[in-house]
This record gives sequence, structure tokens and C-alpha cells, in this order.
Amino acid sequence: MAARGGADDRVHVLGVRHHGPGSARAVHAALVRLRPDAVLIEGPPEADALVELAADPDMVPPVALLGYRDDDPSRAAFWPFAEFSPEWQALRYAVTRDVPVRFCDLPAAHTLAWEAEAAPVPAAVDAPDDPEAEAPDGAEDDGGAAEARAARTDPIAVLARTAGYDDPERWWEDVVEHRDDGESPFPAIAAAMEVLRETAESAGPGPDDAREAAREAHMRKVLRAALREGFQRIAVVCGAWHAPALRTLPSAAADAAALRGLPKAKVSVTWVPWTHGRLAAASGYGAGVTAPGWYHHLFTAADRPVLRWLTEAARLLREEDQPVSSAHVIEAVRLAESLAVLRGRPLAGLSEVAEATTAVLCEGAEARAALVHRRMVVGERLGEVPAATPALPIQRDLREAQRRLRLRPEATVRDIELDLRKDLDLQRSRLLNRLLLLGVRWGAPRRGDRRRRGTFAETWSLAWQPEFDVALVEAGRWGTTVASAAAARVRELAAEAALPALTRLTEECLRAGLDGALGEVVAAVSRRAAVDTDITHLMAALPPLARAQRYGGVRRHDASSLRAVTDELLTRVCVGLGPALAAAAPAGSSARRPASGGGATAKEAARTVELVDGVHAATGLLGEADRSRWLDTLAECAARSGVEGLVAGRLHRLLHDACRLGGDELVVRFGHATAAAEPPARAAAWIEGFVGGAGAGGGLLLVHDTELLGLVDRWLSGLGADAFGEVLPLLRRAFGAFAPPERRAIGEQARRLGGGPAGRTESVSGGHPVDDERAAPAVATVLRLLAPAAASPVPSPSLQESR
Amino acid sequence: MTSPAPSPTANGSAPGADAALRPHAEQAYAAELAALAAEDDRPRPPGWRLSPWAVTRYLLGGTLGDGTEITPKYVGARRVVEVAVATLVTDRALLLLGVPGTAKTWLSEHLAAAVSGDSTLLVQGTAGTAEEAIRYGWNYARLLAEGPSAQALVPSPIFTAMAEGRLARVEELTRMPSDVQDALITVLSEKTLPVPELGIEVQAQRGFNLIATANDRDRGVNDLSSALRRRFNTVVLPVPQSMEDEVEIVSSRVEQLGRSLQLPEVPAGLTEIQRVVTVFRELRAGVTADGRTKVKSPSGTLSTAEAISVVTGGIALAAHFGDGVLRPADIAAGIRGAVVQDPVSDGVVWREYLETVVRGREGWSDFYRACREVAN
Repeated sequence: MAARGGADDRVHVLGVRHHGPGSARAVHAALVRLRPDAVLIEGPPEADALVELAADPDMVPPVALLGYRDDDPSRAAFWPFAEFSPEWQALRYAVTRDVPVRFCDLPAAHTLAWEAEAAPVPAAVDAPDDPEAEAPDGAEDDGGAAEARAARTDPIAVLARTAGYDDPERWWEDVVEHRDDGESPFPAIAAAMEVLRETAESAGPGPDDAREAAREAHMRKVLRAALREGFQRIAVVCGAWHAPALRTLPSAAADAAALRGLPKAKVSVTWVPWTHGRLAAASGYGAGVTAPGWYHHLFTAADRPVLRWLTEAARLLREEDQPVSSAHVIEAVRLAESLAVLRGRPLAGLSEVAEATTAVLCEGAEARAALVHRRMVVGERLGEVPAATPALPIQRDLREAQRRLRLRPEATVRDIELDLRKDLDLQRSRLLNRLLLLGVRWGAPRRGDRRRRGTFAETWSLAWQPEFDVALVEAGRWGTTVASAAAARVRELAAEAALPALTRLTEECLRAGLDGALGEVVAAVSRRAAVDTDITHLMAALPPLARAQRYGGVRRHDASSLRAVTDELLTRVCVGLGPALAAAAPAGSSARRPASGGGATAKEAARTVELVDGVHAATGLLGEADRSRWLDTLAECAARSGVEGLVAGRLHRLLHDACRLGGDELVVRFGHATAAAEPPARAAAWIEGFVGGAGAGGGLLLVHDTELLGLVDRWLSGLGADAFGEVLPLLRRAFGAFAPPERRAIGEQARRLGGGPAGRTESVSGGHPVDDERAAPAVATVLRLLAPAAASPVPSPSLQESR
Repeated sequence: MTSPAPSPTANGSAPGADAALRPHAEQAYAAELAALAAEDDRPRPPGWRLSPWAVTRYLLGGTLGDGTEITPKYVGARRVVEVAVATLVTDRALLLLGVPGTAKTWLSEHLAAAVSGDSTLLVQGTAGTAEEAIRYGWNYARLLAEGPSAQALVPSPIFTAMAEGRLARVEELTRMPSDVQDALITVLSEKTLPVPELGIEVQAQRGFNLIATANDRDRGVNDLSSALRRRFNTVVLPVPQSMEDEVEIVSSRVEQLGRSLQLPEVPAGLTEIQRVVTVFRELRAGVTADGRTKVKSPSGTLSTAEAISVVTGGIALAAHFGDGVLRPADIAAGIRGAVVQDPVSDGVVWREYLETVVRGREGWSDFYRACREVAN
């Protein structure tokens, strides 16, 4: 039977492995056998009032108890429960049978106050995840006693490692679950823990000794209280590490002394939905649950867990259109089993199953196997909490912020102007931006104004809708305050996002003032940029970064971290631009293509020009060195042959504007581009690229540089009728963008060039045909003014000459 | 006799084994195998010379109870060897996949030696491998003289392995024409090989199994049909896991090669070897050794074997044209050649790597300069 308290056989201590399905099953079996009249569970006593909610059918694990300080909700701690957590099983057992439940760990009032003293949590960093771990992460592991610490964190894992197992659940399964004698494993576990504790103590004091002592003192205190109340069969479910400490009850006075004078804070506790992803070790969970999906499967599968798991894996692969037959599953099961035999294990476990999945179901393809692994081993189960759950700290945090920033939630739409140089307005802007990140669209920004250079003003339309409360509750799983939740959300987004989205995220971080998350996003940008082979992504990613770096100052952010990554991105763009441009142009780029510009290549070229313009503008925001590096790259690319006409023209124009291309050289290049050897369509595209672009002032350039105009003119007049028809739409598009006066001036210039071609431009002079009859009286008047002596009116035919 | 099948030298006790240029695994490690067999008290699957545990031990190395030292045959993940051995136990065929130079053939030879005591039942897959190499051929003189008879039949290595319950090996499976590959389907699913000419069939004896190797990065290979693929458990052999392992493999091979190529003595600078291995590993993994910076991976395989040839080439350069010491300049061209297989895309990868990683690295400025010179 379960371990009896040395002093009292009314107490049954069940030392468990947190989140161990084996432990959970054993606890459930032990409780059914014991039929306790009281259950004590390791957890914050403040949650005693919330126990009833666990019986609510709307409560679906994984969920977590959340404790947070009322004065500072960002100081919070979570006690997660999954379906397969022994604590959850004990809780469910008790509430469904109306057995009283007490949480017996040190009150959160102490732990959270303690945390603040021991290791202040930086405000921007997410709340600590895991007081659930036996050694909360408030204090870092600064000594060598790593093994001792590991023993405290997950003592069963240490026992398993000692026995040569990599997976503690495997060990537990092997030594506990697969024994047939049906005896309770808890006395043996407690005995083993006693030995481990002695070893750990002889290794010297751990970093958290005082806190551990206080926790165990409090557990005993609650236990004594329960005994005094007269319960006859008390089951205590706690981490195995603590089991020996509860077997004997020393004097109450000693425990009272250990608990005296602890710092205390006012805290609130509530339930929040949790996810398997956050249980996984991948997100830094202290107790090391590496495979919540597998544990869940082990706990819930009715029988033949390996077979069911592999069948499920096959089903997943089939959904991905992989041909996986039942024969595959049969062979995978056989391989898993023979691997288990080879390794001397009674049953196949996660590692055998994973290897069988790779070798048989995925036919050796690691990438496919990883897909199955991610989806099944971690899983994305999301918990739910009932509606009656007390308000979340994030809701309180928002209310507090609204009061502080004097922004009242109103259902009617209201516009506000924010001046970011004022502290209050800056704070408001940050809050609204953070809420946007969390999917609470309380304020809608007027995007148009915000990208403008050097603007200090923002305009928002505010309107509060009831759905936002729901969105806030959902956001509650990311954090306890708006700031920490937004930061966590950004991290999550950053893990998924593609490169351009990622740099936009950088801007959003800046706007929302999430400095902590910004560093990670920037690091993600750097990682993503390194592997992204699509230069268009890199080029699209650069401008937001450059803007962010330049205008971080407005938002009082130190943008130096951005500097490095912007620099790196620019390097990659510079290295990759040339080959990318050459590759973008089809092999037979000199072949005639439809000149209408409707083809996919033309669209791509236009897109490339846009990107090049974007990067060009962005380098203007960076330093002189970066600017010249970029221009060097442009010069190199411009000199390449085989670059798309539109792009090449644009490159030359940018170089010309930056004074990198002298007039003479430009004329030579222009001459080459418009030479008879080039297909007319390319030449026209080149010219469009050169003179085009919004606000580019290409028209004026042609007006003032007669040599260039002469080249255009000569090229145009040298075209055959067919070719002319082909390029006309392109030219019209290029020249149509100019202001009418520019066009007129170009026409006049062209006429002045002399020779035959001038005559052609004549017909468009002024743009309007002159009605001689209507003009005659006015002309006569003017002439009279100019030469009062002249008696007779001027005959109309002379009108043309006079102009 | 048109069959190009290699003649099955049926057992390893050929008289000239000691003088052989390259002894078979079961000859070279006969003592280790004997010691393992003597100590092995675990159950042996039918037809196996050793128990699966002993086979695993033979491959991964260790010390036996009687003090015999078993040298590690395969340096790498234990998991790989375990999955391979477990596969052979299940009577499923084993397919070893991997880029060139990941010890596929080496592993298959030693598996066969340990399981059957015989690694010689080998079919080498080439574009010209005919179906006779997998099934059986005929001694045409006898066939003409006596008509179809068992004596006129020339068994293939797989035929022999089935009849005797041993392991057969197929090298470079994907280089064989697809129709020849598919001749294996009956062998692997029905475990029988019919000889319609004689009206008989060979049923595989217990202990028979097949180990195939294939190169998954090669061009111009014949992919396995899914029917055949399904008969195999696939194990992908990884490139060496740790930096130390790989440096060790490269330097020992470079030394051996230098001797056999009779290159002038050049102290193979460990620094440069480490540098080559670092570059190869970083580009292969797509992330720098410190895990901080991601880099793009080129299209080439960058196997350990290529690292070995880069260093060997560098030594030849240093010996004949340099000052007799392996310098960064000697390996720069070789590395670039190995990395840049496709001039455009790999060129970008290599330049990015140079600019973002090599340039700023402590003590690598010589190498950076040398590479820049080669690149321009």
C-alpha cells in the first residue's frame, strides 16, 4: 500500500513525476484503492476556492493555475495541468466525488514576493513559466551542482538516467507499469527519493534550499491542519522529491519558524487555458516535458499504444498525400518491437516508434518524419476554461492602462491625434499598437500618415466592441499584461513568419515599444535572411528595417541592434543582386518579346524595379558607407549584359541621379541600349525604366540633356513601321507619366534638334489646334498694342509665323 | 556466358587471404568475430552467427569479458546501427541511403560479416547490371551440350544467399536499370526464386536477407519503384556528427592517401584540416559552428570524402608549388571548387559565406584573403 506517514497512518504520500502519464495512472489507481476522505495537492493554496471549477464540463485540459501579483500582473507564475498530469487526475478524482481538496504548496503570495526579491524579472521579459518545476527559475544555476539541481527538478528522470534510460517515462513504464504484482509503486519511489535527497544534501547546499525548506514546511503545515480536522485517509499528491519530507512530521514549531517572516504580496489566482506547445520543453518548461503529445497518447490510448500511434502517424502522412499502406504500419510495428528487444526493453517506446516511423513509414525521409513528429509528439492541444472563471490579469492590466492613459473604451468611433514627442501620447500609441498585435482592434491606425518621413503625429480611430473581451481572454494565454502578452505573441509570430513579414514585425515591435521581443525578432530576421534564397524577399525586407532603424529614435528606442542586421541584409542583397538580375532575364533575352508589357516577365521586371527603388530609398536612410556599397553594386549590375531592359534603364537612372555615372558614359550606355542591335521592345523598356517612375523627373532630364533626347530621337526615327507600332504603347506609358508642360517642353526640344524628325513633333505643339477665326480679334488687338502705328489688321495666314 | 555477375567466391577461406591487397571484413576481423561468438550467450536468430546484441557490439566497439578489444567499425549514431540490425532481424530488407562518403558500403560489409560470417555475396549495381546478376545465369556450353540442368545453372550471389540462408549485398542499387531492380521484388516479398526452365524454385532459407546501398544525392539514378521501396526499411546514414569525429576521419585518411599516392612529406597542418572541416560542416548544416549565424547551403554534397580530397589536393599544391607547408592559399581553390558546383547559385552562397562568416572570424583573415583572390 502507499507509503504511510511514519507518525501517522492516516497519511498516504503519493510522490509523483509531474506530467508523467505513468504517475497519473498510478495515482488514479492508488486513489481508487484508498478512497481518501481528503486530497492534498502540490499547488498554491490560494487556488482552493477555484477547485470547484475543475468539475465544470467546460474545463478542458491543458489548463493552468495562474497566480499573479495584484500590484504588478507581470509577476506571475503558472501551474500547468494536462490530462496526463497526476495532479489533474487527483483533482478530478476528488471534485467528482465531493472529496475536499487542499493545495498545500507554499502560497503564491510568498513565492511571488520572493521572486521579486531574489531575481527581479525584467519588465519586458515574459513571466516565468514554471514554478511547477521543483526549483523555480528565479535563481539561475550558478554553482556546479547541476546534477543535484536536476534531481530536484525531475528526480525520476535522474533515476531513469542512472538506470540507462533516456526517457524517464520509459523507465517508469518499464519498472512500474509493467510489473504484474499490482503493488503500489509509491513506497519504493519514496525510498529511492530518500537516497537521492541524501546524495544531494551531501553535495552541498543548493541554491534554493531555504525556499525548498519553506515549501515543505508549508506542506506539513497543511497536512497537520487536515489531520486536526479529523480526516481519516488523507492522500497527498506531490512531487516525488518531497515525498520523504512528508513521511515524518517534525514539531509544528520548527515548521512555523521556517515560514515566519517570509515576504508577502497580494496575489490573485485564476485558471487560464494552456497548450501542449507551452508544456513542451521546447518552450522552456522546467520540468522537461519533451513529448506532451506522446504522453497524452500513452495516457488516453485504450490499449496497444504503439500500434495506435503508428496507425495515427500513417493517417497523418496520408493526409499529406504520402502513399502509406497498412503493410507499412505492420512493418513499422515489427521494427519498433524488434528494436525494443534489441535494446532490452519490455515494450517499444517513443524513440523506437520514432525510428520505425522514419525508417518504414517515411522511407528514410527525415523531413517527412519531422512533420509527423512535430504534429504528434508535441501536438497543438488547446485547453478551455469555463466562463465562470475569475477575470484575467490581462483584462485588469488593460483597465488600469486605460485609466492611466485617459483612454476610455467607448462604443462610438472617435478619432484621436497623438504627438509622439509627448510621453502620454507615446504611451497611448504603444498600448494601441500592442493591442493590435493581440488581435484587439480597438484603435484603427490611419496608415497613410504613418509612413511619412520623420512624422511625429499619428491618427487613430477608436471604437470598443464587446468581442474585444473575448480576444483579450484568448490573449491571456500569451501573458498576464498587455505588454508581456504582445511580446510573447510577437515571438510566436516571429517563429513562423516569412522574411518580409518578419521585418514588418520589427516595425510593429518598435511601434509597440516591445524592446525585449525586438531583439529576438531581429535575430530571427538574421537567421531567415541567411537561408532565404529569394532575393526579392531580402529586398522587400530591407526598407522596413531601414525605416525602423532610422526612426527608432522618435520612439525613444535604441536601434543599434537593428544596425547590425540591416547591414547584414544589405550585404546579402548586394551579393545576390547581380546574379539574380541576370537569372531573371530569360536566356534568350535578346529575342523579340511582345512589347505590350502585359507578359509575366514585364510584370516581374516592374516588380524588380519597385524593389530596387525601395532598397535605393532605404539606403538613403542608412550611412554613407552603405549608400556607396549599394551604388557600387548598382554600377556593377548596370554594366552586366542580359539584365531586363526596364531594370537596366532604372539602374542607369539611379546611378545618374547619384552622380555615379558621368554624362559621357551615360550617353555611351544610352547609345548601346538604343542601338539598332537591340530589339525595339527592350530599348523601349530601357527608356521607360530610365525616364519613368513616379516623381522621377525623367522628363526634365530629357528636356535639359539634348544629347540624350537626340539619342531617343534618332532611335525612334530609325524604327520601321512595325517596330514603331510595337513600342508605341511602352513609350506612351513612359511619357504619359510626365506633366503636360514637360511633355510640351520635350516636344519643343525635339523640334529644335533639327532635321526631318522635328516635323513630326510639330503637330502636337501646344496640344491644341488653333482656331484662326476665333483668335483673329485677339491677335489684332495685341498687334495694335505692340505697333499702334500699323493701320491694317493682320491677315490670318501670318498667324503661324508670328508665333 | 554473358552474365557480368561477379563470380561468387563462396567463402572467405581462400588460400591467399593473407597476401590479399584488401582482405574481407570477416578475414581482417576474424579474431574479434571469434571472441564475440565465444562470449555471446544471447539467443541467435536462425542462420545468424552472432546474436543481434553481439552484432551491434561488433560494429560499435567495446571490450569483451575476456579482454578482447573490439574496434569500433562505425563511428556515429548508435541509433543507426541498432535500426539496421533490428531490421535484419525482422526479415525485412535493409536499404542504406546516404551521400557519398558516409560509410554505407563499409557498414553493409561489416553487417554481412558479423551476421553471416561472409561479406562476399555481392552484386555491384551499374547501368549495365543484367537480371542474371540477381537471378541466375547459364553455363552455355553445358546448356547446349546437356540441355537445361541444375549443373548448367550459374547461381547469382543472391541465389546462393537464399539457398544457404546468408546475407546478400547489393551495392548502388539505384544505379541498376529499373527492370533489373524489380527482379528483387519476388525475392523480397515471396522469399523465393523460381527457375521455370528446370521447373524448380529456390526457397530462401532462414537467415537470408538483403542489404542494399544507394546514393540519394547522385544524378542520373533510377529511383526505386514504390513496390520495391516498400520491401525495404530505410536507414539514412548521416554525415559525421561531431567536429572531432570528422577531423579525425579526414586527417587519418589524408595520411593514408598521402602515403599511397607517394606525395612528398608535408606536415598536414591540423589547423587547415580543421578549417576545411569547419567550412564543410557549416555549409552543410546551414549554420555556423557556434550556432549563431545561419548560412545558405550549396547544391553540392560536401561529404567528408570531398573534404579529404580538398586537403590532399592542397598538400600536393603545397609540396610541389608552395613552401612545403599547407597554407590557406593551398586549400582556398579546392574549397571553392567543392562548394561552387553551380556557378550562379553556389557562387552567391559562397560569397555570402565569405562576407558574413569568414571575414569577421578571428584568425581567418589569411584564409579570407586567399578565398577572395580565388573568387575574383
